[in-house]
Amino acid sequence: MRPHRDSDGDEDSGTAGIVSGRPRPDRSALTVTDLQVRVGDGDDARLLASLPHLDVRAGACVAIVGESGSGKSTTLHAMLGLTDGLRVSGRIMLGDTDVVSAPEKTLNTLRGARIALISQSPQSSLNPTMRLGTLIRRVLARHGIRGTEVRQRTDDALRDVMLDPDLLRRYPHQISGGQAQRFAIAMAVALRADVVLADEPTSALDVTVQAAVLQLLDRLRAEHGIALVLVSHDLAVVSRIADHIVVMRHGHVVESGPATDVLAAPSADYTGELLAAVPTLGE
Amino acid sequence: MTDGSPTQAPPLPVTATGNVPVPHSASGPASAPRRGRVRRLLGWSRHVGAVVLILIVLGAVLAPWLAPYPADGTHATHPLDTLAGPGAQHWFGTDAVGRDLLTRVLYGARTSLTVAAAVLTLSALVGVPLGVVAGYAGGVVRDVIMRITDIFLAFPALLLSVALAAVLQAGTGSAIIAISVGWWPWYARMTCVAATTIRTRGFVDSARCLGVTRTRIVLRHVLPNAVTPVLVQLSLDAGGVILTSAALSYLGLGPQEPTAEWGLMVQQGQDLFITDWWVVAFPGLAILLTAFCFNVLGEGLRSALDPHRELTR
Amino acid sequence: MSYLTQRLAQSALVVAGVVALTFAITRLVPGDPAVTYAGPRATARQLAAVRKQLGLGAPLPEQLWRYVTGLIRGDWGTSLHTRRTVLADISTALPATLELVGCALVLAVAVGLPLGLLGAHLRRGKGRWGRAVGDGSVRMTSMLAVSVPAFLLALAVQNLFAAQLGWFPVAGEYTPSLNQTSPLQHLTHLTLLDSLLTGNWPVLGSALAHLVLPALVMAAYPVGVVAQMTRAALLEEVAAPHARLERAYGFSRWQVLTRFSLRPASGPLLALLALVFAFSLVNAFLVEQVFNWPGLGRYASSAITSADAPAVAGVTVVVALTYVLTNLLVDLTQAVIDPRVRLS
Repeated sequence: MRPHRDSDGDEDSGTAGIVSGRPRPDRSALTVTDLQVRVGDGDDARLLASLPHLDVRAGACVAIVGESGSGKSTTLHAMLGLTDGLRVSGRIMLGDTDVVSAPEKTLNTLRGARIALISQSPQSSLNPTMRLGTLIRRVLARHGIRGTEVRQRTDDALRDVMLDPDLLRRYPHQISGGQAQRFAIAMAVALRADVVLADEPTSALDVTVQAAVLQLLDRLRAEHGIALVLVSHDLAVVSRIADHIVVMRHGHVVESGPATDVLAAPSADYTGELLAAVPTLGE
Repeated sequence: MTDGSPTQAPPLPVTATGNVPVPHSASGPASAPRRGRVRRLLGWSRHVGAVVLILIVLGAVLAPWLAPYPADGTHATHPLDTLAGPGAQHWFGTDAVGRDLLTRVLYGARTSLTVAAAVLTLSALVGVPLGVVAGYAGGVVRDVIMRITDIFLAFPALLLSVALAAVLQAGTGSAIIAISVGWWPWYARMTCVAATTIRTRGFVDSARCLGVTRTRIVLRHVLPNAVTPVLVQLSLDAGGVILTSAALSYLGLGPQEPTAEWGLMVQQGQDLFITDWWVVAFPGLAILLTAFCFNVLGEGLRSALDPHRELTR
Repeated sequence: MSYLTQRLAQSALVVAGVVALTFAITRLVPGDPAVTYAGPRATARQLAAVRKQLGLGAPLPEQLWRYVTGLIRGDWGTSLHTRRTVLADISTALPATLELVGCALVLAVAVGLPLGLLGAHLRRGKGRWGRAVGDGSVRMTSMLAVSVPAFLLALAVQNLFAAQLGWFPVAGEYTPSLNQTSPLQHLTHLTLLDSLLTGNWPVLGSALAHLVLPALVMAAYPVGVVAQMTRAALLEEVAAPHARLERAYGFSRWQVLTRFSLRPASGPLLALLALVFAFSLVNAFLVEQVFNWPGLGRYASSAITSADAPAVAGVTVVVALTYVLTNLLVDLTQAVIDPRVRLS
């Protein structure tokens, strides 16, 4: 099965990240080439996701949009190298390292330190039996940050996401969903990750909290030059902060291009359908 | 491994106690053959278990025709042929009164399987209705029924059975009753949890709004959905019942002579074990094999019906 | 706090129920307990006296009341068989059983937990070999351990390692002749502890040698279930959303398993241990019989064969109470380990 290139957006995909005011706007933080993720082997293999080309610059926000099962989350997990049991081909360059071919050990030092994940269900993604402070301390220690620097980085990061340091003494079930999501973002900030992958970061939150979290993400990528990859089913969410939009369906890219173009004049029928559905989405 | 997440349709609205299997499997027709292949890999042991169990059941049903000396299964003794070792005449040897052990092991399967079936049926018949009523009625009814099951569950299962069997007249019937008394509360509790969850689901509410009667809701909606986990549990428990009934018989609290029963055979043969190993080994291995197959099958069934457990990545 | 009181009230209710149910069971006894007690050749006068002594003439509610107050006062009745008070019998038998069960549980955790951990790790591993052979064999071993009847295993082990190979003593708690050469001073009735405390090395050595086989047999089932449950609970945890986040922050599969999943998985495991503890107490009925171990199980078996209702009732109440207490303890510990429990 070959990915069908029925959209004319593919050639534009290299131009993501043309947004002003970012610290290092030219540097490529993450480059994906010919990515294909399959499940099973032999004749039984099924394509879960394919992404011919994607370049995410520092400080840019790329959104991958599609309904559930479109392969957008799989793509995201492939970027982390977390594809147990799946077959991945192509290249995902994170700096000088190819995530697809790198050994597990290398990936473990990269995950968190260079590339971080913010997941869909903020509360259940935090270990239920661990105080938030313990969790962030362990995560920092995993990447060799110890001693006074732990305190320093934690405090800075919490201030950045506007969370009270008292929260560190709480357990995940004692905080709100919005706080949990902010805390997850704070972990990525504390580790100074270059690339942040956000998997439906707002779908489990109230509408008002959604806006705040999106604003926060938007501000952080501008201030810290974080390259943000945002996965969502909701074009309304995406349209607020994305520079570049990739629309996926059934594992294939149906449209890819600068956010303004895609939103204003969708070239694929499917994107049009998604756009038309925007007002009724976001229950 | 397939991706555990269903490839179509958003997940069910958040009912999310999680433990109770969703009545209608979320696996779409598209992913069915793939999953089948995975199951084949995971489940060969389950199939071996099933085949051996079918053989055991066949052996039990056809014992009068299969057994070389059918009379030995019930009443006959052969004083001149005692403690013969395994050989062409007697594949499993003979016991202290000269009975053919192969015959008795086959007849023992009848006893064990009957006891297991009776215990499970009886326990389910008592536990499931109580659980459904408790779960659906809620409130005080639920509390009372659940506190009663708590009391029964405060006894380790075998203990209640032993205590009860000790005071009843020893026999097959007493053993069945004694084990069931310790067994039904599990099903009551399980069904109650399932029924409570189902009650809070939308479809029961909408049925009630449409004016469907209470009894009808329970019979048409609550019961069928609550019964699924119990059916799985029943198959998981069969091995446990076999072991419990063998233990009761071993303590002399189950079926009595001349009934062929594996636990009883082991008890009667244990003093001869050092000199005549077959007297203990064959009935003992029969218990082990049957319980093992039931456990393997039950485990396989559970993972098959609850894909979340085995297949999620 | 409210969780604690609620849990305590619930336990009290269960204890009351346990006592009532035990009473009900003992009243089911066919035949006349007075005849058992007084012996077959007792005169009608003697029988009447025994009946009065045992309080059998009174109406049922009064008997129940007498039974309950007796339990509280420590008057658990007199064994029809040993003629000693049931409480005295139990207090000498229970420690021996606890020793056995304790060893079995320690083994269960020490062997079962790593086995389950290994199984879960191999299961999640990349290699097909690890998944199929490694995890498969862990599963099959634990499945076998829960499927073997305790008495069969006891007989087999006794026959092989004691009777045939002579590596271990066949039966008993320690060599009886040591009672002459170096008599054991009873402090706690736990033989291992007593001999250790009083520095009685010959008895300690002999007791340890005698303990090995029954403890191993008693441990088989607990090892199996603990391994299975650890594996299942860990697999559930590593499939949970928090595990993906931990992986995404650079922790290896093994680290996620040991450093992040064991603790959330320990709730069900602790509950299981309480269950296994209770099961082992009853399993002792079978194993002690084979190894002639002077514990509660052997006492119960002989009480059963001699239709000794007070003794059966006493053992039943003791085991059930121990179980209720363990469950309470486990629930409270769980509330400490997993903060979510306190909420519900």
